[in-house]
Amino acid sequence: MKETPLSNCERRFLLRAIEEKKITFGTDYGCCIVELGKTRVLGQVSCELVSPKLNRATEGILFFNLELSQMAAPAFEPGRQSDLLVKLNRLLERCLRNSKCIDTESLCVVAGEKVWQIRVDLHLLNHDGNIIDAASIAAIVALCHFRRPDVSVQGDEVTLYTPEERDPVPLSIHHMPICVSFAFFQQGTYLLVDPNEREERVMDGLLVIAMNKHREICTIQSSGGIMLLKDQVLRCSKIAGVKVMEITELIQKALENDQKVRKEGGKFGFAESIANQRITAFKMEKAPIDTSDVEEKAEEIISEAEPPSEVDYLYSFLNIFLKDAPIVLSDSEEEEMIILEPDKNPKKIRTQTISATQEKAPSKKSVKKRRKKRATN
Amino acid sequence: MAGLELLSDQGYRVDGRRAGELRKIQARMGVFAQADGSAYIEQGNTKALAVVYGPHEASCVLEIRGSRARALPDRALVNCQYSSATFSTGERKRRPHGDRKSCEMGLQLRQTFEAAILTQLHPRSQIDIYVQVLQADGGTYAACVNAATLAVLDAGIPMRDFVCACSAGFVDGTALADLSHVEEAAGGPQLALALLPASGQIALLEMDARLHEDHLEQVLEAAARAARDVHTLLDRVVRQHVKEASILLGD
Repeated sequence: MKETPLSNCERRFLLRAIEEKKITFGTDYGCCIVELGKTRVLGQVSCELVSPKLNRATEGILFFNLELSQMAAPAFEPGRQSDLLVKLNRLLERCLRNSKCIDTESLCVVAGEKVWQIRVDLHLLNHDGNIIDAASIAAIVALCHFRRPDVSVQGDEVTLYTPEERDPVPLSIHHMPICVSFAFFQQGTYLLVDPNEREERVMDGLLVIAMNKHREICTIQSSGGIMLLKDQVLRCSKIAGVKVMEITELIQKALENDQKVRKEGGKFGFAESIANQRITAFKMEKAPIDTSDVEEKAEEIISEAEPPSEVDYLYSFLNIFLKDAPIVLSDSEEEEMIILEPDKNPKKIRTQTISATQEKAPSKKSVKKRRKKRATN
Repeated sequence: MAGLELLSDQGYRVDGRRAGELRKIQARMGVFAQADGSAYIEQGNTKALAVVYGPHEASCVLEIRGSRARALPDRALVNCQYSSATFSTGERKRRPHGDRKSCEMGLQLRQTFEAAILTQLHPRSQIDIYVQVLQADGGTYAACVNAATLAVLDAGIPMRDFVCACSAGFVDGTALADLSHVEEAAGGPQLALALLPASGQIALLEMDARLHEDHLEQVLEAAARAARDVHTLLDRVVRQHVKEASILLGD
């Protein structure tokens, strides 16, 4: 049967739901920070030679751990978050371990005696919803980025080479499972991909689907007591497929970039990746504004503008330009006053009074009706 | 496990069942006199006991690895604990409860029953459900849910509908229903589904290991069908129990 096509609205919605995804790497191999909107997760992979589990003598050991500290949100007190912690940890374990994304047999050094134990530690740095997605991306990216020391076995001797002697070896990863969360509202009427923190608080329930780019579903988990219908689940899996493709591409690109930068000897690491010049940074340059000829311009406009209904209006209007003070409103409560925006004026007036035909326009265009409120001087 | 055929050419599984067949289910309600409701279920070799206390006053009893739950003003609190006996698996387990897997099971059971029980009818009270697995031979979650449903019914707590659960897997292009331990350990995809049979709504859906998206519908369908079969059986058990009880009362 033909598969139901994805509507354009859905497609666009999905793409916009992933607002800002960023992956940055640290100086060491296996360390990365993933940003999904404002949620940030730090992932670090480390390895160690240990003796294997008794019933699995030829396989390496994978260990995942997600930490929620108070740094992420003040609600994460040390004793209180065990339910959420258990849920998240188990989901991550099932998604990454049971789907066999890493070849554990390749982690074996000497069967029955020495195997690699790979430990993935994830720390939530900032909680703005959807921890699972960010954590799963961080885990898989860190694992892809990690390089373990090279080992050679000659008879009974095992030689472990330091990174200086031989280049470290990457882990063998079969596929990249990535979790996608869906939040349900109003008994399944509304569905949101990648909910943020506010949305999570009001949702009825959550459905997490982990897929890889070959469209194989690695894990499905529904939580929160929502009642699902079968076709809802199938629809979600299709949406998840689309999203996972994009995220996988993003990961590949980020890994390639990092690889290139390291090879060319450029600077890499967290310090380089945190941008200073973003529009969301709190620092802004001072913009000098020339207010020397504001008075004449103001006089011109006033003389050409329509006579106002109240005399107070004129007084306060002049006040704005001459004293650069906040708006002084008259005392009558009820009437609506027409007030020009003080901060926008200097530049606007200058450009618009040049053209003679547009005399009336500035007074009308930049005028804004506003309900009166008590002035705070 | 190389060489062990999960599905033979003639369509028979390791224990001789067909692909969509369930294991033999035997259930008994009202097993304990002390508890408000109790039930015992055997699904093949998997044996589970469920005990329900409630609704009673919400006490501030500290759950294992849980937070202190306060009474909710508009509905009842459902508290579930899962414990599997140390002799339930092939190798002796160290910790019967308190480890991560048991906590997760407890949370999932709670989520399932919070959705099914009409909690609005009992505000400011608490309903405790304790499930104990005596022998785990695959499909433990399903057996727990089925046992807990019977126990809740035995306690007389109103529910929206039966909650019936079943596991399903996928081997060689065919969906298998009600997996046994051998089939689970083989490492193929496993799906656990808890269903409210009358409306077809899914209370809990959980899946592990890789399954291609195209096969998802098939496996979901097999699990849903198996859950409905379980419902028929449980319904019969409940009616039988009620009939026996009314005979004893002399109606």
